Amino acid sequence: MSARVWRRPPMIADPRLRWGLSLAVVVYLILAVGSLEVNWQRVAEGLERGAAFAAALFTPDFSSRGADILEGFLESLAMTFVSTTLGLLLAVPVAVGAARNLSPLPVYLICRGFIAISRSFQEIIIAILFVAMLGFGPLAGVATLAFASIGFIAKLLAEDIEAMDPKPLEAIRATGGSATQTLHWGVMPVVLPRLVGVSMYRLDINFRESAIIGIVGAGGIGATLNTAFDRYEYDTAAAILLLIIAIVLLSEYVSGFIRGKLR
Amino acid sequence: MPVSHANGQPRWRRRTPAAVLLAWLGWFAVVAVLAFSWQFISERTIWMFVTDAPSQGADLLARMLPPDWAYTGRLWKPLWDTLNIATLGTLLALVIATPLAFLAARNTTPALPGLRPLALLVIVASRSINSLIWALLLVMILGPGVLAGIIAIALRSIGFIGKLLYEAIEESDAKPVEAIVATGASPAQMRLYAIVPQIMPAFAGISVYRWDINIREATILGLVGAGGIGLELMASVNVLAWGRVSMIFLLILATVLASEWVSARVRAAVT
Repeated sequence: MSARVWRRPPMIADPRLRWGLSLAVVVYLILAVGSLEVNWQRVAEGLERGAAFAAALFTPDFSSRGADILEGFLESLAMTFVSTTLGLLLAVPVAVGAARNLSPLPVYLICRGFIAISRSFQEIIIAILFVAMLGFGPLAGVATLAFASIGFIAKLLAEDIEAMDPKPLEAIRATGGSATQTLHWGVMPVVLPRLVGVSMYRLDINFRESAIIGIVGAGGIGATLNTAFDRYEYDTAAAILLLIIAIVLLSEYVSGFIRGKLR
Repeated sequence: MPVSHANGQPRWRRRTPAAVLLAWLGWFAVVAVLAFSWQFISERTIWMFVTDAPSQGADLLARMLPPDWAYTGRLWKPLWDTLNIATLGTLLALVIATPLAFLAARNTTPALPGLRPLALLVIVASRSINSLIWALLLVMILGPGVLAGIIAIALRSIGFIGKLLYEAIEESDAKPVEAIVATGASPAQMRLYAIVPQIMPAFAGISVYRWDINIREATILGLVGAGGIGLELMASVNVLAWGRVSMIFLLILATVLASEWVSARVRAAVT
């Protein structure tokens, strides 16, 4: 009798499924890699530029386009603040409408539909439409970010409202409280910490997004960055990238700190 | 307890006068920042364009409807490229992020000073730059095309996958590790037999989740020239072919919904 040897149990128990999946993956990889059209000569030339850019990261140039950079960042920050506030103000009624325990079915469906649309498209796609409507500039960016913020904040807030304990609501209704009074004294105290936390999180996201929607003309530092790349000004581009990283880290830290305090 | 005295009687108040003042100052600061920001934006806006935004919007909608259905035939190749950018980018990120996560996790990082902070730095840097910015950078370096898109997606995903994976590793149970080490296993064997089986479900969940996000992001990378359906989108926007644009939007929406469905199914299966 031969010695029995332990083998690790496979991840997928059914051998037919296991081999089928493996075969499918291999076939897909061959097809996918086969359809890549890579201009290797261009890539080889590019490596030099890559090295130049990597070197530029250590010699960022903040000053020669200083005015443009400052303008771009101020615009990004202004867009972030205004759009988050606007999104927050508009998201609250949508969230109340999208909470099944507060709203009748037709209102619920309309609000949920709006949230679904707002969340399905990338900010930059919405930005293209707003730029076409409102013209180039930061206002289109504000509209974009506010629109995206509504869906984001309203969805999380609505989930929070739906998860709340029904007893306080019942108690307030039993004392004869109106719908607004129910919202103010029953719902608001429960969801306020969460609302502040979600808004902080969205502020953080909006800044990151404000750094890219400039690529399609919606204002912010993205436009400055795009121009720097177009002109092959590596030092300026490196400076902008480093500033973006610094601000993102700072805002992530601050927003995490505030959310930690609220918990 | 904050108490005020009116007519010699103590009366309860919700906040001390200092707290009230501070709250007012806080609100004042918020409103001031908003007012300044709004003024800043307003100065850079051509309001003449904004006043006719409703008619522009209606016009846009009229041009977008109906979508240019015949255009779909030319979109299958870009769509295939988009799927490849997302999938190959995710795979590339997984290959790099997995060892990185083991270096970054407190309980598996090698006893070499400086290695863990370095791994964490890579994760943070990768996470704080949007994939579109990575794409911008890579298109400049490698030239336009699918390859730039794949690497852009990978560079952004490394941080995301690395962070979630190293958190999963840190949360793994220490007892199996102890048991395996007690049998005389090498550090590599310990990781393979004690840690890997524990984080496998998280690994699968994180990968599929990121793949789903990457499908969304891959649809727009073409805006900066990094291949996929975004190239067609940019081309159509530039020639104001709004019927084509709405067709692309529909296709993107369908793709995103499909990938979300797949991702939700897989994540439900592994957890």
